[in-house]
This record gives sequence, structure tokens and C-alpha cells, in this order.
Amino acid sequence: QQHEELSTKKLRLTKPSKSAALHVDLCKATSPADALQYLLQFARKPVEVESVEGVVRILLEHYYKENDASVRLKIASLLGLLSKTAGFSPDCIMDDAINTLQNEKSHQVLAQLLDTLLVIGTKLPENPSVRMRLVEVACKHLTDSSHGVRNKCLQLIGCLGPVEKGVAKEAESQAAKDVQKIIGDHFNDQDPRVRTAAIKAMLQLHERGLKLQQAIYSQACKLLADDYEQVRSAAVQLIWVLSQLYPESIVPIPSSNEEIRLVDDAFGKICHMVSDGSWVVRVQAAKLLGSMQQVSSHFLEQTLDKKLMSDLRRKRTAHERAKELYSSGEFSSGRKWGDDAPKEEIDTGAVNLIESGACGAFVHGLEDEMYEVRIAAVEALCMLAQSSPSFAEKCLDFLVDMFNDEIEEVRLQSIHTMRKISNNITLREDQLDTVLAVLEDSSRDIREALHELLCCTNVSTKEGIHLALVELLKNLTKYPTDRESIWKCLKFLGSRHPTLVLPLVPELLSTHPFFDTPEPDMDDPAYIAVLVLIFNAAKSCPTMPALFSDHTFRHYAYLRDSLSHLVPPLRLPGRKLVSSAVSPSITPHEDPSQQFLHQSLERVYSFQHLDPRGIQELLEFTIRDLQRLGELQSELAGMADFTATYLQCQLLLIKALQEKLWNVAAPLYLKQNALASAAAKQILEETYKMEFMYSGVESRQVVIIHHMRLQAKALQLIVTARTTRGVEPLFGMCEKFLQEVDSFQRCFISELPHMQGSFLDKLLDLMPRLVTSKPSEVVKILQTTLRQSTFLHLPLPEQLHRATANIIEPTGESDNPLRFTSGLVVALDVDATLEHVQDPQGTVKVQVLYPDGQAQLIHPKPADFRNPGPGRHRLITQVYLSHTAWTEPCQIEVRLLLAYNSNRSKASTRISKSTWSESLEALPASENGIEGTIPFSKPVKVYIMPKPARR
Amino acid sequence: AGQDVGRSCILVSIAGKNVMLDCGMHMGYNDDRRFPDFSYITQNGRLTDFLDCVIISHFHLDHCGALPYFSEMVGYDGPIYMTHPTKAICPILLEDYRKITVDKKGETNFFTSQMIKDCMKKVVAVHLHQTVQVDEELEIKAYYAGHVLGAAMFQIRVGCESVVYTGDYNMTPDRHLGAAWIDKCRPDLLISESTYATTIRDSKRCRERDFLKKVHETVERGGKVLIPVFALGRAQELCILLETFWERMNLKAPIYFSTGLTEKANHYYKLFITWTNQKIRKTFVQRNMFEFKHIKAFDRAFADNPGPMVVFATPGMLHAGQSLQIFRKWAGNEKNMVIMPGYCVQGTVGHKILSGQRKLEMEGRQILEVKMQVEYMSFSAHADAKGIMQLIRQAEPRNVLLVHGEAKKMEFLKQKIEQEFHVSCFMPANGETTTILTNPCIPVDISLGLLKRETAIGPVPDAKKPKLMHGTLLMKDNSFRLVSPEQALKELGLAEHQLRFTCRVHIQDPRKEHETGLRVYNHLKGILKDYSVQHLPDGSITVESILIQATAHSEDQGTKVLLVSWTYQDEELGSYLTSLLKKGLPQGTP
Repeated sequence: QQHEELSTKKLRLTKPSKSAALHVDLCKATSPADALQYLLQFARKPVEVESVEGVVRILLEHYYKENDASVRLKIASLLGLLSKTAGFSPDCIMDDAINTLQNEKSHQVLAQLLDTLLVIGTKLPENPSVRMRLVEVACKHLTDSSHGVRNKCLQLIGCLGPVEKGVAKEAESQAAKDVQKIIGDHFNDQDPRVRTAAIKAMLQLHERGLKLQQAIYSQACKLLADDYEQVRSAAVQLIWVLSQLYPESIVPIPSSNEEIRLVDDAFGKICHMVSDGSWVVRVQAAKLLGSMQQVSSHFLEQTLDKKLMSDLRRKRTAHERAKELYSSGEFSSGRKWGDDAPKEEIDTGAVNLIESGACGAFVHGLEDEMYEVRIAAVEALCMLAQSSPSFAEKCLDFLVDMFNDEIEEVRLQSIHTMRKISNNITLREDQLDTVLAVLEDSSRDIREALHELLCCTNVSTKEGIHLALVELLKNLTKYPTDRESIWKCLKFLGSRHPTLVLPLVPELLSTHPFFDTPEPDMDDPAYIAVLVLIFNAAKSCPTMPALFSDHTFRHYAYLRDSLSHLVPPLRLPGRKLVSSAVSPSITPHEDPSQQFLHQSLERVYSFQHLDPRGIQELLEFTIRDLQRLGELQSELAGMADFTATYLQCQLLLIKALQEKLWNVAAPLYLKQNALASAAAKQILEETYKMEFMYSGVESRQVVIIHHMRLQAKALQLIVTARTTRGVEPLFGMCEKFLQEVDSFQRCFISELPHMQGSFLDKLLDLMPRLVTSKPSEVVKILQTTLRQSTFLHLPLPEQLHRATANIIEPTGESDNPLRFTSGLVVALDVDATLEHVQDPQGTVKVQVLYPDGQAQLIHPKPADFRNPGPGRHRLITQVYLSHTAWTEPCQIEVRLLLAYNSNRSKASTRISKSTWSESLEALPASENGIEGTIPFSKPVKVYIMPKPARR
Repeated sequence: AGQDVGRSCILVSIAGKNVMLDCGMHMGYNDDRRFPDFSYITQNGRLTDFLDCVIISHFHLDHCGALPYFSEMVGYDGPIYMTHPTKAICPILLEDYRKITVDKKGETNFFTSQMIKDCMKKVVAVHLHQTVQVDEELEIKAYYAGHVLGAAMFQIRVGCESVVYTGDYNMTPDRHLGAAWIDKCRPDLLISESTYATTIRDSKRCRERDFLKKVHETVERGGKVLIPVFALGRAQELCILLETFWERMNLKAPIYFSTGLTEKANHYYKLFITWTNQKIRKTFVQRNMFEFKHIKAFDRAFADNPGPMVVFATPGMLHAGQSLQIFRKWAGNEKNMVIMPGYCVQGTVGHKILSGQRKLEMEGRQILEVKMQVEYMSFSAHADAKGIMQLIRQAEPRNVLLVHGEAKKMEFLKQKIEQEFHVSCFMPANGETTTILTNPCIPVDISLGLLKRETAIGPVPDAKKPKLMHGTLLMKDNSFRLVSPEQALKELGLAEHQLRFTCRVHIQDPRKEHETGLRVYNHLKGILKDYSVQHLPDGSITVESILIQATAHSEDQGTKVLLVSWTYQDEELGSYLTSLLKKGLPQGTP
């Protein structure tokens, strides 16, 4: 409290000095340049809320006296800055600001003043009359000859103009004429910047909820042909907005008597802009096309249409030819000269070279020069295809073409798009062929995206499946690292097309009706891939196992065990189906395991009445149960582990505090000391794990965790007090501990009421006594409170996931040591999947442990992390190893660590938000930087051999 | 290049300036007809006196082939404008052309290497979008045109009249060049090529994909691929295409490029990165795309190497040289493949095999059986009909003139252009002159005082509409000035004369003069509310500066004569007043 008083005093001291200083400075200023310097200096420091008004008055006073426009400009901008100050209500200075407008001659200053008014207006959202007035002022200045002033006026009207028409009172309604009309009048301004501002203001009004009039549509259409790109870009947006507002109204087509829906018309216009001269406009137009879903399908399909001709004769596109070839059942032989020879004559009159519509918009967009446009077009295609299956079917050819774009980003984007719309489409064989060709891409991202795509595509024929399998196997031999991803892909491919796989089985397994064929090698990844495909298909195709040979069944048993995530349980003849425990239909609520979890927790929390032995046993049982539960139920694993860890901490604490041990004579301390200090240490570790390794931990849990940590620290203090002789070191420790209690109290002040009867609760009661008493007494009090305090109930959050990591590569199975010359480096590829890690770029580290105990910590580059799905990350990086020469190969350990820093913890971010000003001084230094790492993956052993350098 | 392709050479006279656009040769002729007829320009006198400048759009020989002949042999010393890459590559091609004609065909009376060098000395290189002032009035500006490295469209402007010449251009980007672009410069005339006036092309992606697939399949099979190309332009595109594909797919089979001309040209491609497309421009910091990793120089001995390979060899039509040699070696194996990336002239081996001939008779009565696969892929870099229309839409010209195309096809495009843009379109034949009327605007200086005074009158100026102003136009020393009448008088040393109109209006009114005057006054006051109407003590009435006096008629006391008098400046109001008074006064007013 002392502290706060001090700081408020400081405030009071500075307030008058600040404005006064400014006043003095401004009066001293002899020349405008001088004054400008003072103002610039002044602007660098923040102004407190209380003194803002004073400062504003001084500035205004000086403003009226000042002749130099630049100084007035600075003052005007300062006024705006000052009105932004949080907590200051600028209505008191509004009148003055408006007054200053009246006599101002300089356009720049005028524009700046209007800007200030805009700030003021946005600060007072609840005051319609003020807004009215400001809008009026703005309207008055709309006739100014400078574009800057008109710009600002329009911006102000856009931001502050009345949104509901009913609000304006009768008396004022004249002034607050139709804002839309006022803005609309400036669509034809001579300055392109003002035109842009007018459109932007209109869009601003729309964003604020005003329903724009349909009449603007025709005006906006004219603006599409503007000379300036920013005007066109804004106009495209406006047209889009209008098309969303009035999709169904009818507009006439100029130069004919027909009429079409507005949204179709707008769609056509925006499509036209996809071939605009400026790429900014093109990107904008292509992006907006995606969100126009009410467009009739006839128009939509036109966007992919481009009539080809050659010498005035109609020609078929390559797509059409491919389709025809396919449907005629002919195999694509080599291209012949004149294969694309033009066919029928076209009526010259019927050809419309620049169609006034959507024709070929996407064809153009996808062929654009700038990849930004192409990406936008692909995105738009994706969105439109998602809402229209027939369109999806049509755009397929084009998307497949994009797989060969020169820019990787575009390729990746189109593969993702294809995946998103894959529910609506079935790939033809020739399309599949093109898709599969990309499997040889050297970029890992592309290949993996393609595998994902193949997971969810529909293939139409058995040849298609065969082709896919062959290409995937080719991919596997070329890039063996893709193993996992290819297997997964084949798993889905199999389970989606059981009937197509069925006729292929004999061929794939190379069985023969009469001869026994040699048994394939079980460790061959390609063979495993084939089996994965077949077994997954067999799941829903009961006739398939009849085709298996004996060794296939054996291999099934082996794979079911070793790669259980890829091989499903099968109903095999002569074998009992191992019933899987869960059927996915049960929802979490009625899930018995969830119930079990809660019941066992209930049981634990009600143990207060039991004797200590019973408590210990109960805890041990529960922990065991929970751990088992976590193993069985993957979705509850996080929850179960979390609680088990907590209970483990509690168990340790109880064990450490057992009375019997503490009552023995001093020489026997040793044993219980060892036990207690080890327990304290372990609890500390566990609490860090609880806090940082789980995603989804809320502040309620953080309190409990911190509380547990506090208890552990208390325990540590007690143990040290018992073992150390002399009081001197204890003083420091006590003080530190008390400080921690203090900071804990401050951090979690809101949570304290929930902690009735806890250690802390009791401690706080005794606080005044503790502060004054000697260390030995403190220790005694702590000991009793620790023992008496109740066990806190740990509330469980909705979702809790434990961060896990799994190193895929290196596998640690290799017997061939990695040889390299000592002193030089060798690069080790590390590939790992991370789950439920927040901010992996910042926290995940790779540790390499050499046999001599030397440890090396490597920070992977942010670019090494990929994010394939929510909560999942993938780390693909290279670790550089080096060592002096060894006589024989030895194993090093590679593991992933999760680094934490208590500064980053949720608790301290909470502080920094609430009591920002004092946290820095108030927090004890010890709390500031506890950094550490938690290993969270199984270590992998790598065999290496640094050879001595040859001379 | 009127209504045909080749020998591009266009003369433009614009506002008294004469510009020659391109100076090409014709591939089809070997006599005098191969070069443009420069006697069209001027019969007597030197070309330099007549032409203000020459502009070359790009380095293809049908656009620059006649340049040394024109400048050195016919004689022209004025400036020649071209872009930097064109200036760099042009002499290589000219030299090559010269070698073929002189050394191989043994022609005499042809330009020499020295002439090419001298000619190049007259060239002024320009940058994209740089406005070059040729002389005080004539200025030119280059726009990007795609097509080949360094191809440009030129805007020629004199005063407010302008012409845009496109040269050859391409509106769809390819693997190494971007798309042509022009701003809304609204020229009076757009001279556009129209090679593909009646064609709309399929997406280039399909073509590229097919090409790559064919090559890839053959290479995987262990076969060899021969791609006959011309040294510049398409070859580079295909190289980039294959290079990136090799990179992407991690392929190992070697790609070779026959040496010679190409290497020099590739060097320039490396240099002029800014002229290439977005991808190459963005990635050249890491690696210049033209520094091929997989493509190596070809040696004659490589053709017999076992295993798969891809070879680019010149010339493109398989009629002679290296490509034919390799073709002979490989033709017997069905695993191999030849891909023709462009058009082949009738009579060449290329044309024969494309049309399906499997047995070729070579020199010396040898019969070569072609077992290898033959593919055709068209890669062309001209704008198609849609592209031409798109360019017209971008530039918004007032007139269009089509060149560099076939008459029949132009006819179709011309009709389309007139129908869709409502601008007139021309397609002159060789030697024909088209005259286009322009609407020249003449800038006039106006004194600031007058401008301010005039804008202050009447409603707030609506910026985009023309406004009526009063003033005096002074034409003096070839300049125009608009000044106020007073100043004009002062400058010309003339005294001001006043011109007054008077008019008598007879009114039947028995009352006294001053009463009539009063009635007129009230009447006018009632009608002309916006004007100051005053009744002066002497009985006369003034409306603004118009004076009205009522006097009794000397003969008939019942008729009053109203004398209306106004100055020339108030003509409008004066005549209005007279017609008003002629209608008579309303009855019954006191």
C-alpha cells in the first residue's frame, strides 16, 4: 500500500508541471521553428489523463495566436493524439475544436483538424447529437477545394454518419440529410483520392450497419471503369457489398431489353475485373468472387468456359478432348499431328470476343501473371465449389492443371483446395494420372498434401486404384521418408473403395491358383503398404479374406500388433474377433469411463475422515486406476494423467509429512530428510509439468498448481531448517518464502475465496505473526499448518491434453553407425510429430546427449515447424552433431524438450494485464525467471562414430 | 507488314513528325523484296532529313532485319530507339543472318559486320516506362510486351496526339516472360499486330503438362528426346520448363543444349532479369533461373552415349545442321522421341515427319526409317484474339489499325473491334496510307486573375464539365493566350469602344409619361426578381445597366415610346427585355 501512495503523490506533482512546462516553452518560443521543436519534444512523452484537458487548453490558446501553418498543423495533430488518451472524455474540447475550423485557411491544417474531430467523434459513440454536429461540420467543408480536406470529411461522415434513420430528430433531420446521397455525390469528384474516400466511406457506413440503397449500384458500376486503380479496387468491393444486400432484385442489361438478377450482374462485372490492368484490382476481384454464392449456376459455369477457335473454326479444349478420349474408352495414345485440328466452322457473328460477363474469368485468373492473383483465384474456386457440387465437378480440370504451377505455394494451395472439395468429386483416370504425377515432386509439403488429398478422394475405377497404388509405391522407393504418410494414405484409400480393391487382390498379393508363390519379405515397406490397402478394404468386404494365402493371415496378425493404427480389426474365418472396447457412438457424457474418472475423484476428495494409512492407500489405488484409464482411453488420457499427477504430488506430500518420521531424534533425521527433500523436489518438478505440459489448463487449475508448489517450497524450508545449523541462512530463506506467499496472494487474489481451509488460507491468517516471528518459529508454524491443511479439490477443465512428442526419424533401429570425421559436423535428420503443444516455435528444443554426459541443446528454426492440423505440429529439422574422435561407435540420445519460463506462465500474464504499472517492481526477482525444460518425448538412440581425421 | 507477316515497317506521320516503326526483313524472299521499299519515304533528299526517329520493337529479324541496310546502305543517321535487351541481342542475330546469306549462299552486295556495328552505334537504348524526348515535341515511351526478351510496345506522342505501336506482344505470361501491359493512355491510334486474329487459344497449362509428361515418360523408359528449336525465345522457355521440372521431380537424366548462338543469348537472359516474369525476378537472388543446373552444353560425341537424355538442338525445322544429325542417329529406335515445338515450313524434314511420313529419303538416296515417336507441341508467344481485345480495352484507343497478320483474319477482327468498342478500325495493305482525323486540342494560357474571376461567377465549378468563360483570345508569336478584354486592349494599344443598342417599343397607354414609367417599373420588378431594377428620379428605369426611358409619342399622345438601350455586353438581357416589353404591359395594373 505504501507503494501505491507514493506513486499517486508523484502523479500529482507531475500534473501541473507538465502543462505548465509546455506553456512556458511555447511562450518562450521565438520562432515557429522553435515552437515546433518544443511541440515535437512534448509529443514524445505520454500525458496523464488528469492533465489532458489543461494541456489541450494551452495548445488551443497557442493555436489562435500562431501564424505559422506548420505549427498549427502539429497542434491539431497533438489535439487528436491527446483526445485518444484512455479515460479522457473529449466532449469538453469539441466546441473549441469546431471553432478552430471556422477561421482556418490552410488546407492541411483543416484536414488535420477534421481528423482530430474524427478521433473525438469515435471516442463518443453514445452521443448522437455530437455526431450530428460533427457530420454537419464535415458536410460544410465538403466543398473545399483541397482533396485532403474533402477526403477527411468523407471519412468522418463514413465513420460518424447516422446509421438508423429514425434516430435523427425532426429538427435536425434537415441537416442530417441523406448521408448516402452526400457521399454518393462525391463518386464523381475530380480527384481520384476523393472518389476512393467516398467509396470507402460508403463501405464504412455499410460496416456500421446502414443498409445501402440500391440506387448506388449503377453509380458504382460506372466507377469500375475509372482510370485509377484504387478507385476501381474500392468500387469492386462496393459492388460486392451491394450484390450481397440485394441479390434478388432485377437490373436491366444495357443495350437490350433483358433483365437479370443483380447478383448475377454484379458477378459478371466482377469477373470482368479479373482481367483488369492492375493486379491489385485483379486480386481483389478474384478474392471476392469466392464469396458470391447466390450466383445462378449458369453464370458460375460460364467462368470456366472459354471457346477456342483456330482460323475461325471451333476447336475443342484439351480438357474436352481428354474427357472424350476417356468416355470413348480409348487409351490415350501418343498425340498425333493435327489431333487438335479445328472442327466445325463458327458463325463469325456469334463469336463474342469480350463477353460482357463471367466468361472465362477463372480461366484468366488461373493463368494470370502474378501468383497472388492465381492464389486468390484458386481460393475463390474452392469456396464456390464447396457450395456447388456441379461446379466442383467442372472446375476439377482446372484445379488439376494448377498442380503444375511454377510457384510452389500455388501448387500447394490448389492441392488443399482439391482436398476440401473432394466430397463432391470423383476423379477420372486421366485426371488421377496428372494428380499422381505430382507425387514425384521433391518438396515434402507437396507430397504430403497430396497424400492427404488421396486419403479423401473418390476414384472411379479399379485401374485408378491400381494406378494410385503403383505411383505411391514409386513415391515410396524414391522418398523412403514418406513411409508413414503413404501408409496412412493407403489405409483410407482402401477403406473408401473396398469393391474396387477386391478384384485387384490376387494380383496385388501375387497369389496364383495352382502354385505357391514365395512369401514376401515382411519388412519391405512396399509390401506393408499393399497389405495396409488390402486389409482396410477387407474390413467392409467380408469375401476378401477368402483370397488371402496362409502367410497373409500371419502377416495380418503381425501387422495388427505392430501397426495397430493402420490395420483395422478383421473378422477372419477361424479367428475370434478381438472386440474393441469402445464403439464411437457413445458420447462422452454417457461414457462410463468418464463417469469412472469422476467417481474416483469424488472418492478421493471425501477422504478427510479417513486415517492417514487409509488415505495413502486410497491415493495409491486411485493413481493406479487413473494411469490405467489413461492408457485405455486416449481421449481421456490428458485428464487422467493430469489428475494422477496431482494426486501423486499430494501423496508425496502426505508421506513426507508423516508424523512418525518427524518425531525421531536428530541423528535419525538423515533418512527422513532424504525422503522429504526428494519429495519436495519431485513435487516441484511435477507442478511445472502440470502447468506447462498440458494445453487447456485454466486459471483455476493454475492456482491449485501454484498452491501445491508453495506447499512444496514450505516443505523444503522445513527440511533445510531442520538440517542446517545456525540461524543466519534461515533468515534469508524465510523472507524469500514470505515474499512468495505475498506475491501468490497478489496474483490470485480473485481465487482466494475458493481456497477455504487450505494451507494458504491458514497461512494468511497467521501472516502478521509470521512476519514478526523468528525463523525457527516460522518453521514450526509452517509444519503444523501444512499438516492440518485440507486437500484442495482440483476442478477439471473441459478439455485437457497432454503435450506429447513422437520422434519418427531417426528410428533408433539402425545398427550402422553414422560415420564422420571428428571435428567436422554431421547432419542428422530429425522428424517428429508434436501434439497439443502451444507455440512450438518458442518452446520445443532438441536435446542431444553424448555418452560422455555432454548435453547439447538445439533450437530448431521456426520454419522447421509445420502445422498440418489443429493441435498438431510437425518438426522436421536437421541437428548438427560433432565430437572428438572415438575409438568405437557409441550411441547418443536425441530427445525433445519443452522449455518453459515462469515469466511466460499464465499467472504472470494475468498480473501484467491487471496491475501493469507496479508489477515490475513488485514482483520478487526470483519469480521472474525460472526457466527449465521438461523432456516430453521418448529418447531415441543414434549410433554414431566420429573417426579421427586422416592425415 | 500490311496484311501480311514479315517485313514489318510502318511510317507514321503525327503532327508534322515522321517516325518509322520497325525495319524488318521478309523470310520468304531472297531478292529485293526481302527488304522494305525505302523509296516510299522520300524520293529525293536524305532519309535523315525526313525521319525524326526509328523505333525497333524487338529483336526478331522480321522486325529489325533490314536495319543495317537501311541505316548504312540507304543512309540514315538519325536516332534509332530500342530497349536494352533488344540492343544487346539484335547484333548477334543480324550477324548470324549475315553469315548465312553471305557466307553460305554467297551473296554479294549485302551489309557487312562493320555495318552492323556502325548501325548499332546509332541506337539509343531506352528503359521501360521511360519517357524519352526525341526532340522538343516528340516523345516516346516503352511498355512491356512479353513476346520475347526485351520486346516493347511504344507510345509516340506529339503534343496531345499519340500513337501506340505494339510490335509483337503476348497477353498470357509464360515460363520466362510476363504478360504485356499498358495503362489507359487513350491514344488516338493503336497499331496492333494480329497474327492470331481468329484464334482463341487453350490454356497453356495443358500444353505444358502434356509436353512434360511426354518427356518424362520417354526418359523413364530410357529413351532419348530430341527437341529441335530456334536459338532464341521459345528455346529459353522450354529450357526453364524442363529445368524446373527436373528440379521438382528430382530427375537425373542429362539435358543438353547445342552450343553456339544460344550460349551468348543465354548470357543476356541472365543479365536482363528485370525483363522476365515474376517468378524469375523473385527467385534470382537465390538462384538465377537461367543458370541452368541440369542443362549442359552439348557435344557431338554425346549423341552416341547410352541411356536417356534430352537434347535441344538447332535449327527448329530439322532441315539442316545439328538437329538433323542427331535426328538421323536416333530415328531408328522406337524408344526415342522427337518433339516439334513450333511450326514447320513445307518441304523440311520436320514437316514431313509431322504429316506422318515414316520413310524419308535423305541425301544420297539413303532411306531413313523413322521409328521414333513424333510429337507436336505448339508454344507461341503472340496474343490471341482475346488478348488483342484485352489490350484494346486496357488502352482505350480512339482508332485501331491492324498490321502483321493475314487479310482475311484481320477482316474478322476488325469487324469485332468495331462492333464491341465502337471505334473505327483500319487494315491498310502494303504501301497504302491511312489518314486518321484527330481532334487536336490547343493549349491556351490564361491569366490567373481572369481564371479566378471567371470561376467565381456562377455555380461552383463541376470539375469534369467544360465551363464557359469570357475573355479575349490573343494569338501572338505562335502562342495562344486568353486574357481579359481590358488587358487585351492595353496590349494591343487600342482604345475601348462602346457599342450600344437602342430600341424603341411602342405601347398603347393613355396615361402620363412618368405613370407609364412607373407601370413598366412595377411590371419589370415583378418579373425580374433576381436583377436590380431601379426607378431613377428622372423617370427612367435601369435594369442592371440597361436604361429604359418612357416618352410620349410626338404625334399620338396615347402611344408611349419606350426607349431601351443596352451595351453589347448585356446583349442577352437587353434582347430579352425588349421582347418582354413588346408583349405589352399587363392590363389593370395601376
